[in-house]
Amino acid sequence: MAGARRAAVVGIGQTEFSKNSGRSELRLAAEAVRAAIADAGLTPADIDGTVTFTQDTNDELALARAVGIEEIRWASRTPFGGGGASATVEHAAAAVLSGMANAVVVYRAFNERSGHRFGQPKEQVTSPAYNFYFPYGLDAPTKIYALWFQRYMHVYGLTNADFGLYSVVARRHAATNPNAWFHGRPITLADHQNSRWIVEPILRLLDCCQESDGGVALVVTTEERARDLRQKLVTIEAATQSNLIGGDVMFNYYHPDIARFPEAEHSARTLYQQTGLSPDDIDVALLYENFSPIVFYLLEAYGFCGPGEARDFIADGNIGLDGKIPVNTHGGLLGEAYIHGVNNILEAVRQLRGTAANQVPDARRVLAATGRSAVILGTE
Amino acid sequence: MPRVIHPVPDRDDAFFWEAVRAGRLVARECSACGRIAHPPAPMCAACGGGEWVERELSGRGTVHSWIVSRHPSQPDDAPRIVVLVDLAEGVRLVSNLREIDPADVRNGMAVTVFFDEVDGCWLPQFRPQRAAAGQAGGA
Ligand SMILES: [Zn+2]
Repeated sequence: MAGARRAAVVGIGQTEFSKNSGRSELRLAAEAVRAAIADAGLTPADIDGTVTFTQDTNDELALARAVGIEEIRWASRTPFGGGGASATVEHAAAAVLSGMANAVVVYRAFNERSGHRFGQPKEQVTSPAYNFYFPYGLDAPTKIYALWFQRYMHVYGLTNADFGLYSVVARRHAATNPNAWFHGRPITLADHQNSRWIVEPILRLLDCCQESDGGVALVVTTEERARDLRQKLVTIEAATQSNLIGGDVMFNYYHPDIARFPEAEHSARTLYQQTGLSPDDIDVALLYENFSPIVFYLLEAYGFCGPGEARDFIADGNIGLDGKIPVNTHGGLLGEAYIHGVNNILEAVRQLRGTAANQVPDARRVLAATGRSAVILGTE
Repeated sequence: MPRVIHPVPDRDDAFFWEAVRAGRLVARECSACGRIAHPPAPMCAACGGGEWVERELSGRGTVHSWIVSRHPSQPDDAPRIVVLVDLAEGVRLVSNLREIDPADVRNGMAVTVFFDEVDGCWLPQFRPQRAAAGQAGGA
């Protein structure tokens, strides 16, 4: 998008991340949104757009009533759960760059531990699309994803201990992030290998993201308006989604090579083309990891290493804070919290402002990617 | 016996489950261009056709990937091996692999379909393909 008008993230806000928030999901959303608006130096009346997930339970008008947003001119939602986490920023940018809205708040808030838990096995088929999976015992995200991770392990010769290499890094980063649920609690590879099997022989407990309660929000407006606001400028350099024919959000079994992640490869190509950047230009990568193997797929899809090289790349220290490409500097969804990936975008903003708990010196280009949506944020 | 979540067929996939109850593994092929759609779709993505012919599949294939599925909160339920099978016809489908110890499962091993009623639900299941002699295999 070089030369084009850009949108900017001007405010971020969140609640604490916990296992039992003790309050409603709407209350969490309202707190996070209020905090993000205040962080931007705006008032609720300045907000005229909202973006959240289709899965979010918080109604736009209920949120507006709680927060004091007077008129919503743009309300949109992103599909595919966490896969749409970075697409929220794409929606918000589209809204403000088109003039359809002046200032958009992105929010995601839930009691995903104390309330409805995503990871629980399903009890019944709720869509015909599940007919070809649930009856065979593929009834929970761990198992559903593990069936493609096993192919990756087979093709590249990995064992579960290799995935633990990432978990150790995530928990090391979380250990020094006061916001993280696992603050002060690093793990060793032995801890990982001693954690119980969730899906044998692919995933152990410490390969899985947390279940968390909490809310996060961010405010997006145009770069021109952002320059008049109080925070250091953080621009949206590029944002995209990739949802390919033949793909599936969770049951992504039908691409010819499921040891790769074609949706992420497409997103990477789009972002690098739009920005003229290459993997070497990215200073920090926030990679959505519902399960540790996804980091391996995304490192390869975004070209930080070649196909099948992620294990050695991680083992050689490349994703640590002083590595070639620091990954999930806040501890990721394993270490910080599982706010469905939107907490990763907040971390991207903090890295660019220079206010992260585990600050990477002079971070100027930060990638926040899920499997099927991604943004590159930047600063001057 | 494992607890099975029963499929709830709709107009686009009822044919598959009816065939399974009759001991046949089938897919729908576009009557205009011959493309197979699995999982089933209401329209052919290649040509826009909406007419289908049922094609009986060989039921022979290889293991593309596999996991052991346990029910975390009902540990008494028997674990099941879930497999992603590459069928000879180029169709990939999810099923279970039976009559084998998880320690002996290998990617790429040859498997053959059979049909079984599990927890009141007729499902296509797979077992290792055996050398010429021995079981006839299939139902
Ligand atoms: Zn056709």
